[in-house]
Amino acid sequence: MKDLKILGYRRENGRVGVRNHVIILPVDDISNAACEAVANNIKGTLALPHAYGRLQFGEDLELFFRTMIGTGANPNVAAVVVIGIEPGWTQRIVDGIAKTGKPVAGFSIEGQGDIATVAQASVKAKEFVQWASELQRTECKFSELYISVKCGESDTTTGLSSCPTVGNVVDKHCAIGGTASFGETSELTGAEHIVAAKAANETVRKQFMAAFDDYQNLVFGQKTNDLSESQPTKGNIAGGLTTIEEKALGNVEKLGKKTKFVGCLKPAEAPADKGLWYMDTSSAAAEAVTLWAASGAVVHLFPTGQGNVIGNPIEPVIKLSGNPKTVKTMADHIDVDVSPILQGEMTLDQAGDALIEMIVRTANGRLTAAEALGHREFVMTKLYRSA
Amino acid sequence: MIHFLVHDTADTVGVAVVDIAAGTECAGRDLSTNKPLAAKATQNIPLGHKLALKDFAVGDTVIKYACEIGRTIQPISAGQHVHVHNLKTKRWA
Repeated sequence: MKDLKILGYRRENGRVGVRNHVIILPVDDISNAACEAVANNIKGTLALPHAYGRLQFGEDLELFFRTMIGTGANPNVAAVVVIGIEPGWTQRIVDGIAKTGKPVAGFSIEGQGDIATVAQASVKAKEFVQWASELQRTECKFSELYISVKCGESDTTTGLSSCPTVGNVVDKHCAIGGTASFGETSELTGAEHIVAAKAANETVRKQFMAAFDDYQNLVFGQKTNDLSESQPTKGNIAGGLTTIEEKALGNVEKLGKKTKFVGCLKPAEAPADKGLWYMDTSSAAAEAVTLWAASGAVVHLFPTGQGNVIGNPIEPVIKLSGNPKTVKTMADHIDVDVSPILQGEMTLDQAGDALIEMIVRTANGRLTAAEALGHREFVMTKLYRSA
Repeated sequence: MIHFLVHDTADTVGVAVVDIAAGTECAGRDLSTNKPLAAKATQNIPLGHKLALKDFAVGDTVIKYACEIGRTIQPISAGQHVHVHNLKTKRWA
């Protein structure tokens, strides 16, 4: 396909966003209350409360900072107020976000209490949100969108329809120089050979297999039996999926038919270049999409079979389903209906084009079903318990 | 109307794309060749669930997407419902 025009927000560092959020970002769990107070004071801002940020260490702490800084740095975010209990980690996050050139300010609570902190931060939040409200969308290219992909509450119809529809879009997007990312390490089990064969070169293939094997070892280290109680999920089983292998083979339809993936990313790591990237993520929807938003993705494509309702506060989540029952019973959650594929009344190419049209509309400002319903699941990935 | 789809010619199960009642003579399609298929369902198969396209003994491997999706834990006859009661993962077990 030829590149398309979208109306986005070109940020200070040249990156293209499709939303214009001003976020109030807590450094730690105990700063959630102050952030929520600021967001309550200043309309049009959004607090992102979360459960972590204290006494983390090692790789888990690095992932924490990558997620915090990456969330603030996402091109869908215009400006950021950061609030933490103490100034050290607060400043580290402020400095990380400031590298993008966007407005960011940090406040810390120790020594003055919540009320004074909320007052200071509210003054800055008001300044930021009024400034952001005057930013205009400008003409940008579809190929400048960084798109993440992950399915949820899958069933056998996702492997037949909605996942290959996403695969069709991944092929078209990467062919015009776009950037995309897939992940869900546990849900590649049984289809890892198919993913490995799509690696662009031997180095990438080895990196992928190392991440995959690491996860398999975690399963074997932690399990009491097989994972049949959670993979597939009860919803997957209700939809007809029986085993993890069957689920994975449907999942990898999202990778497309032609595209090779060019590299492997740590959780929340930003892609260094264009093309399709594997990210080592959980298969739990809210955790995974939070990691992609922190890596800079601005639109997420979410195939569902039985009807997962997830959204994200930073990147709009576009849901598509090919299950003819779900598109009726959960119509309020579905943005694109690809169920005619099952009766041969719609080709994958037509379904891909319908999804691309919805990406353009969403990029131009249409609220997704998840946005309109207020789904803002912000869930940090934690690698191990804190000190 | 199409009752079931098959991802690949090598597959030994099909996927119901409508709710199928026991006794139905089903029309199917092979997505890899676009050729029509036929099978009789001997049990109710809900939309999205799998229909056996051959007889299986215990311990046989079931093929879908031309790949292994698990091993049978009960004998299955062609036309029966294939799911967690008679098919189990080969992984993490």
